Amino acid sequence: MIETRFAGERRADADEPAPRVGAPGQAPLRGEQPCRAAAPLAAAEALSLAYEGRTVLRDASLTVRPGELVTVIGPNGGGKSSLLKAIIGVLDPSAGMVARRAALRVGYAPQAFALDRSLPLTVDRFLSLGAAAGRRMRPARDAALATVGLPSQGGAPLASLSGGERQRALLARALLREPELLALDEPTQGLDHRGAARFYEVIEELRRRRGLGVLMVSHDLPFVMAASDRVYCVNGQVLCEGAPRQVSAHPEYRRLFGAGRGADAEAGEEVDGQEGRRGC
Amino acid sequence: MLTMLIDALARALGSFDFMVRAGLAAIGLALAAGPLGCFVLWRRLAYFGEATAHAALLGVALGLAWSLPAWLGALATAAVMALAVARFSASGRFAADGLLGVFAHAGLALGLVALSQIPNSRPDLIEATLFGQILTVSEGELILIWGGAALLGGALAWRWRPLLNATISPELARAEGGDPERERLLLTLGVAFCVAIAMQVVGLLLVTAMLLLPAAAARPLARTPERMAALAALIGVVGAVVGLQGAFHFDAPAGPSIVTAIFAAFLATTAGAALIGAARLERRA
Repeated sequence: MIETRFAGERRADADEPAPRVGAPGQAPLRGEQPCRAAAPLAAAEALSLAYEGRTVLRDASLTVRPGELVTVIGPNGGGKSSLLKAIIGVLDPSAGMVARRAALRVGYAPQAFALDRSLPLTVDRFLSLGAAAGRRMRPARDAALATVGLPSQGGAPLASLSGGERQRALLARALLREPELLALDEPTQGLDHRGAARFYEVIEELRRRRGLGVLMVSHDLPFVMAASDRVYCVNGQVLCEGAPRQVSAHPEYRRLFGAGRGADAEAGEEVDGQEGRRGC
Repeated sequence: MLTMLIDALARALGSFDFMVRAGLAAIGLALAAGPLGCFVLWRRLAYFGEATAHAALLGVALGLAWSLPAWLGALATAAVMALAVARFSASGRFAADGLLGVFAHAGLALGLVALSQIPNSRPDLIEATLFGQILTVSEGELILIWGGAALLGGALAWRWRPLLNATISPELARAEGGDPERERLLLTLGVAFCVAIAMQVVGLLLVTAMLLLPAAAARPLARTPERMAALAALIGVVGAVVGLQGAFHFDAPAGPSIVTAIFAAFLATTAGAALIGAARLERRA
């Protein structure tokens, strides 16, 4: 795995990832340069991923900057989760490059994992095992649990939580790491509509307050299109990318998700001045 | 403190020196095997422990042939076996279960054949290796057992947090900057190490029992991994003393008696948890 680390400063434009080739005849436009206030937290360039010789993702590039919400959408089996895992260093790329800011603190909430029942683990202990050194004590844990809507669940065995509750416990652990980059893999799976809405409120507030970058895999198109700064549409490769409005107008997007989602364009208008910078 | 322990053991086991030494050996093993055994249980390494233990039999034979101490031969082959199996199962060519079965039984068969071919093999050697010879433990062997147990326990305590994180979710551990493969290697070698220690005490056939049973007996009583590890060590220690007492009274083999005592603890905690714990959980929920 080739891995370089960004210095803390702003990157020169010359270092920007080269434009990728999207679908035939759809070379992604670079668009006008948006205001790049901060250096990327993490970036993948011409990344390929293979499992046992089978390529699941080819030539993908993706960048997350501080304060950004970047979402990866696409059909199941299209390599979304793999891309997320490669960006945060869980998977090693078979080709290409992943760069992360030096000593980047990552909070990762994977899709719910199986916990062997022979391992006794309270929510509290689970949280303190992942927390940053200064945040292992009860007040910090309680605050994190309250933030994700699991107050006074600290003493409960992790195995006794429902799927949605466990998802929130994972988010609480990720938050206790005081992350600069939050990587969320289908975070609202197992949550009902109200739970999902609450979850997104929490993410939005954290992003505003702490300026952390969020990289998310999601199927929740209405939210994605309303709240993301940039959307990557992935199916074996990055088919299109850009602000939600550009992506939802893109033929590949319409082919994958159907054209009848009028709400998307509408929702895209609400993004606070971030759209219109990159096309697909 | 050691004198206090020896005095207490002398009171519990009678004032025979060999019984006190046996008690010390079993306690040393139990203290290290309890916490390590929790990881064996959590990570489903029981069969892996068997394969490693059986491979050690071959090491005993090789050690005899080259005039090396039995524990050194056992440690070396157990480590080689552990690393080989960990390597193969990571590459995913066989289901780990089937692969371990192949290795476990091949190790046992090869070891027995090899031992029978050693010219200076004592007739009781196979029995001693398979079932332990705790009642004839020497002071030198005691030092080895306690030294090994201290090393093992120290390594587990030192890496406790990353070991736990790698066990809970390797992906999460990696995302948070850990190296779950390194923790896996540490546990792999830890099991090989424990095999070499436990061979003296309970014999190779019951090594896995000393890892698995105290942890399984502790599980119903524990709500956190730390408490489970501490309870497993405690249950192992109590089982060692009670088992030795029983072996003395009933003139039964010592190693199997210790394992039987720990099994009784397992039955008690499991049944107790089923009866009481379930009802309490109902009330709480």
